[in-house]
Amino acid sequence: MPALVELRGVSKHYRRADTGETVVAVEDVSLDVHQGEVLGVIGYSGAGKSTLVRLVNALELPTSGSVTVAGQDLTAIPERDRRLARRKIGMIFQQFNLFRSRTVAGNVAYPLKVAGVAKEERDRRVAELLDFVGLLERAHAHPEQLSGGQKQRVGIARALASNPELLLADEATSALDPDTTSEVLALLRRVNRELGVTIVVITHEMDAVRQIADRVAVMERGRVVEVGDVYDVFARPQTGAAKRFVRSALHDRPSADQLRRLREHHGGRIVTVQITDEVGLQNRIDTVWRDTGVAAELVHGGVGEIRERRIGSLTYELTAADPAAVDRALTALRDQGTTVDEEDAS
Amino acid sequence: MNTGFQSVVDTFDVFLAAVRDTLVMTLVSLVVAGVIGLALGLALYATRPGNLLGSRAAYTVLNLVVNIVRPIPFVIFLAAIAPLSRVAVQTTIGVPAVTFAISLAASFAVSRIVEQNLLAVDPGVVEAARAAGAHQLAILFTVLIPEGLGPLILGYTFIFVGIVDMTAQGALIGGGGIGEYAITFGSQRYNWWIVYVSVAAIVVIVQLGQFLGNRLARATLRR
Repeated sequence: MPALVELRGVSKHYRRADTGETVVAVEDVSLDVHQGEVLGVIGYSGAGKSTLVRLVNALELPTSGSVTVAGQDLTAIPERDRRLARRKIGMIFQQFNLFRSRTVAGNVAYPLKVAGVAKEERDRRVAELLDFVGLLERAHAHPEQLSGGQKQRVGIARALASNPELLLADEATSALDPDTTSEVLALLRRVNRELGVTIVVITHEMDAVRQIADRVAVMERGRVVEVGDVYDVFARPQTGAAKRFVRSALHDRPSADQLRRLREHHGGRIVTVQITDEVGLQNRIDTVWRDTGVAAELVHGGVGEIRERRIGSLTYELTAADPAAVDRALTALRDQGTTVDEEDAS
Repeated sequence: MNTGFQSVVDTFDVFLAAVRDTLVMTLVSLVVAGVIGLALGLALYATRPGNLLGSRAAYTVLNLVVNIVRPIPFVIFLAAIAPLSRVAVQTTIGVPAVTFAISLAASFAVSRIVEQNLLAVDPGVVEAARAAGAHQLAILFTVLIPEGLGPLILGYTFIFVGIVDMTAQGALIGGGGIGEYAITFGSQRYNWWIVYVSVAAIVVIVQLGQFLGNRLARATLRR
């Protein structure tokens, strides 16, 4: 897939006005956004993801590195051309950032006015967009009369006004309740599928990534520490940060409290086996237990779906007459490529 | 001379002329200072480091000028500005000189009020406009002023009251208006009827202005 956005060695350092010290917001990030995909960028607050997304539409300029969107290096062109480039990149925000002095229709019309679109064409386009987001009948309402979900739908309509190829969503669902979040994510999915708009979703919620993204980039302290297909990152997270996010979205692993209770009732070693969509996996796991003479008691877990593929984890209590048998069992599983985590005694 | 209520009746034509002068000075200054102050306030806002046209040098100079002029007590400003008035309005006394002085002094006050109200506009909407590809200057007029209009109108209302106050101080240079009427016909002759009628007239003018400002601001804010 061709890349719509190419970040190459991008760093952004700020000098704090009050103390004069340098803050590293983004450090040496190289990342592609493929044409037509939904890329999730996940990280805790302060990880640099909001800065990263503002580098993509050149609201911020990098300290070093290059930002290429649709073949144009935004760092190498004058501000006048950057303004033109921004018209092809929509953006939605956590706090919606709607113009309170304008009606719903006026908000959606704003980018068209900026682009110098004639009135009749503007009105036609605004009606079309409001229809797409299901708010045509609220065209003359003011933003403060809308619910949070409706405001974000207006934000999406406004961001799409100038037919962008790329949509940047900066924590677009973080101010919304779970039901509204799903509704907005579903709308973004439609924007991606029906209009073919490439989307970058910045979030700290792995659930949002799970619901909408094709690929995910995990950010930590300004760096992208892991990138991959959403399923792969969920099934085989490589870094500590990715593991924590996966854990937050999949509730199939025992919490610290649950582990403590499990230990009270179970004297054996407690391990969690990652379940993927690999054919015959369950069978192989059971075979390992049997062959090594380990008694495996299922004590926790769950299996679900991501991107329509099986995923989950099962937690077992393992006991054996020979303590070394448990180690042999774990080694055998790992040798087969299965991810097994021993739950640390705490 | 009569110091009873009859004195008010006797000087009624002077009183009417004074009300007219006060209104003329107030309204002309409000419009002139409104426009100049708006431009200056926009410049202060826009050149503030980190803002749309951020420039530390320009902001420092503007900020310094405003900070030097604004705290000067108006009676002193009135005297100090005389040479400039002679050039600008060819006189250092009367309604034109006072109007000139108020317009200038109020411009600096308005500029701060404009700056503060623009700073209070959610930076998120400015970012949304930038993300839509709008030009920095266009953002000032299509986003910042419309978004800050309600509080701006309240700010102008506040300045209006201050300007009425300044017109009265204009009595010092023969400014005409209700202030001079209250002093020369009233307090200097121990004629309290005239002083209180003047106070009442000022109260009515201020109340009307405040009422109008509140109504306009509410219509803009729709709350």
